[in-house]
Amino acid sequence: MRFTFKGGVHPPYRKYTSENPIKEIGIPEEVIIPLSQHTGAPAKPLVDRGATVYRGTKIGELQGFISANIHSPTSGKVKRVFEWPHPVALKSLPAIIIEPDGEDTLDESIKEDADYLNASPQEIVERVKEAGIVGMGGAAFPTHVKLSPPKEKPIDTLIINGAECEPYLTADDRLMREQADEIVQGAYLIMKAVGAKRGFIAIEDNKPEAIEAMEKAVRDYPDFRVAVMKTKYPEGAEKQLIWALTRRQVPSGGLPMDVGALVQNVGTSRAVYHAVRYRMPLIERVTTLTGGAPANPGNYLVRIGTKVEDLLKMTGGLSEEPVKAIMGGPMMGIAQYTLDVPVLKGTSGILLMTAKEVELPRERDCIRCGRCVEACPMFLYPTRMAHLIKNKRFEEAREIGVLDCIECGSCSYVCPARIPLVQYFKYAKAELRLLAQKA
Amino acid sequence: MSGNSLYITPSPHIFAREDIRGIMWRTVASLVPPLVAGIYFFGLRALLLTVVTVATALLTEYLFLLLRKKDTSAVFDGSAVITGILLALILPPRFPLYAAAIGSFFAIAFGKQIFGGLGNNIFNPALLGRAFLMAAFPVESTVYSPPIRSIFGLDVITQATPLTAMKFSHIKTPYINLLIGNTGGSMGETSALLIILGGLYLIYKKYIDWRLPLSYIGTVFLLGGVFWLINPQKYPDPLFHILAGGLMLGAFYMITDMVTSPVTPKGRVIYGIGAGIFVIIIRLFGGYPEGVMFSILLMNSVRPWIDRLIVPKRFGEVRK
Repeated sequence: MRFTFKGGVHPPYRKYTSENPIKEIGIPEEVIIPLSQHTGAPAKPLVDRGATVYRGTKIGELQGFISANIHSPTSGKVKRVFEWPHPVALKSLPAIIIEPDGEDTLDESIKEDADYLNASPQEIVERVKEAGIVGMGGAAFPTHVKLSPPKEKPIDTLIINGAECEPYLTADDRLMREQADEIVQGAYLIMKAVGAKRGFIAIEDNKPEAIEAMEKAVRDYPDFRVAVMKTKYPEGAEKQLIWALTRRQVPSGGLPMDVGALVQNVGTSRAVYHAVRYRMPLIERVTTLTGGAPANPGNYLVRIGTKVEDLLKMTGGLSEEPVKAIMGGPMMGIAQYTLDVPVLKGTSGILLMTAKEVELPRERDCIRCGRCVEACPMFLYPTRMAHLIKNKRFEEAREIGVLDCIECGSCSYVCPARIPLVQYFKYAKAELRLLAQKA
Repeated sequence: MSGNSLYITPSPHIFAREDIRGIMWRTVASLVPPLVAGIYFFGLRALLLTVVTVATALLTEYLFLLLRKKDTSAVFDGSAVITGILLALILPPRFPLYAAAIGSFFAIAFGKQIFGGLGNNIFNPALLGRAFLMAAFPVESTVYSPPIRSIFGLDVITQATPLTAMKFSHIKTPYINLLIGNTGGSMGETSALLIILGGLYLIYKKYIDWRLPLSYIGTVFLLGGVFWLINPQKYPDPLFHILAGGLMLGAFYMITDMVTSPVTPKGRVIYGIGAGIFVIIIRLFGGYPEGVMFSILLMNSVRPWIDRLIVPKRFGEVRK
């Protein structure tokens, strides 16, 4: 039986790089570490121009409850702390710019704990926090916060998210095939940290090799099972995944812990393993370089802070000129105005599309076909919400659920009139936030 | 590398292949079976009628897009062609051509463009055009010539349309003729079989929601059945109700019009049931033998309220 949710769409998957093994690309000539790579407050810089840093040196300290540490991905000197184009904010934000020395010397603080499997829950959370781990599926929510639910919200179910429902992306697929044991060990540690009783590893059925690898890896873990999911977008969306596996609905405005669930991406799970065992902070990740433009698309192990421009140089450049550069997948990814932007902790893919691959939509009037209503995995009323928002009736849009939108883009994807529905909802959310602040 | 020539657009960056144009033109293709049936049974005059309504519809569309300073390429999005064909299909086969042209002009001009073009019209343009012709050309609108040929050796039914025969003379046309289509009637309404064929294609392509034809036909069948059980001498049986007249064409091609029917699944069921009730009321108690056209036009006017009142229950919603 395959698990799934209601609604959603079937985009073409275009997983061109699923047979490309993960390849390490090495150290670029410059790394850019933005202070804000996560949901929440930006980190406070701990170093200034001229400081010597090593691979894994903490260079930014988290500020407040929802925030994350940042670390140097290699050894070298801090060139400056200055504003740099940010791939999510789409403007320049403070970043620590490091010039690597090429030695890649490890920071002294990073030592293996041979007894890591006996780390206490508090210790696990502490090491995850220290390592600056955030959700690597794209949302980049600080992981230690998710691992610290309040007492009155016990978590019984852990879901390791290997759905990878975004078209084009194959980083998680490769990671599951190649590092299944590390993912499962990370999952075991997370489970221990929150005291969950059972764990699922959720994988879409278009990744049979990953399913096989993970099934082999969980054999010795009776509390874990691999859950084969239907290939449908957005199968890997948190709330949809929880419902598909447990039939529990995260209440509107609530969090997974409200229904006793915790979802972590496979890459995050592996990062937790490295943090708890080796005390290794999150300074590199696997990201998919794909689309028609790169000469050598593939799954690359990249140091956080590597510029897209450099990543391209180090992998053989372009075969065709891109007309669109997207950080993330084609459904939720963000179009970039420059290739100078760095790879962040949450960068699951870099999609460089050629003119042939890109459709520039021309909006027409809604013909009320109802496809958006059918596609919405949150059972919202996209066409009506868009109509209200166009007329600046934000409060009414809120009443019928615009704040519940998970911005998956299914509505915009299916719309035959090419109305940028999800864009209207993001706009309305921002407007409603402003209104709430004023009130 | 020219990083300065990158397109910035909001996500998503890929789209379902099908746009408005694709939907409309494939709907046109699905209208070919009933159109061919009409031409077979009523001759080339039926084809001529269709050419006139389609050409007028396109011309009117173009003219209005030009006047409204809109993108005139929209004239070829297929929607005006659908209106033209549908109007021809619901007219008597020998309807005067000049009158058909006036009806087609009215359908596009006052049924669609005046509201702001495709997507903004309240009423189904083809049905509005037909209603206008009913008022403007009452005699021509009700003179139905019999088919010119038959098929499978069946007798040609030469009397008035099955519904008229039933309503005013209590003569029942055999089911097989209703199914195949060799009876008097509007050009494209007579062959239930070929209409269902085109309709199933539309359901398969998800251009129409099966809930609409099912709730509409189902209501006519059930409610018609109730009256038939009460008085079988006076009222026709439910099978006759659903096979005769314009119900099939209405159920698969008119009530299902995306623009003028509700958006939500629940809203569509309510809409179909409402229209079904009107069909029976008009057929059994109204002055006209047929109620399909008015049933849908009446529900068209209720549609905005249905869309406003029926809001889907959200994921994780806590209703107070």
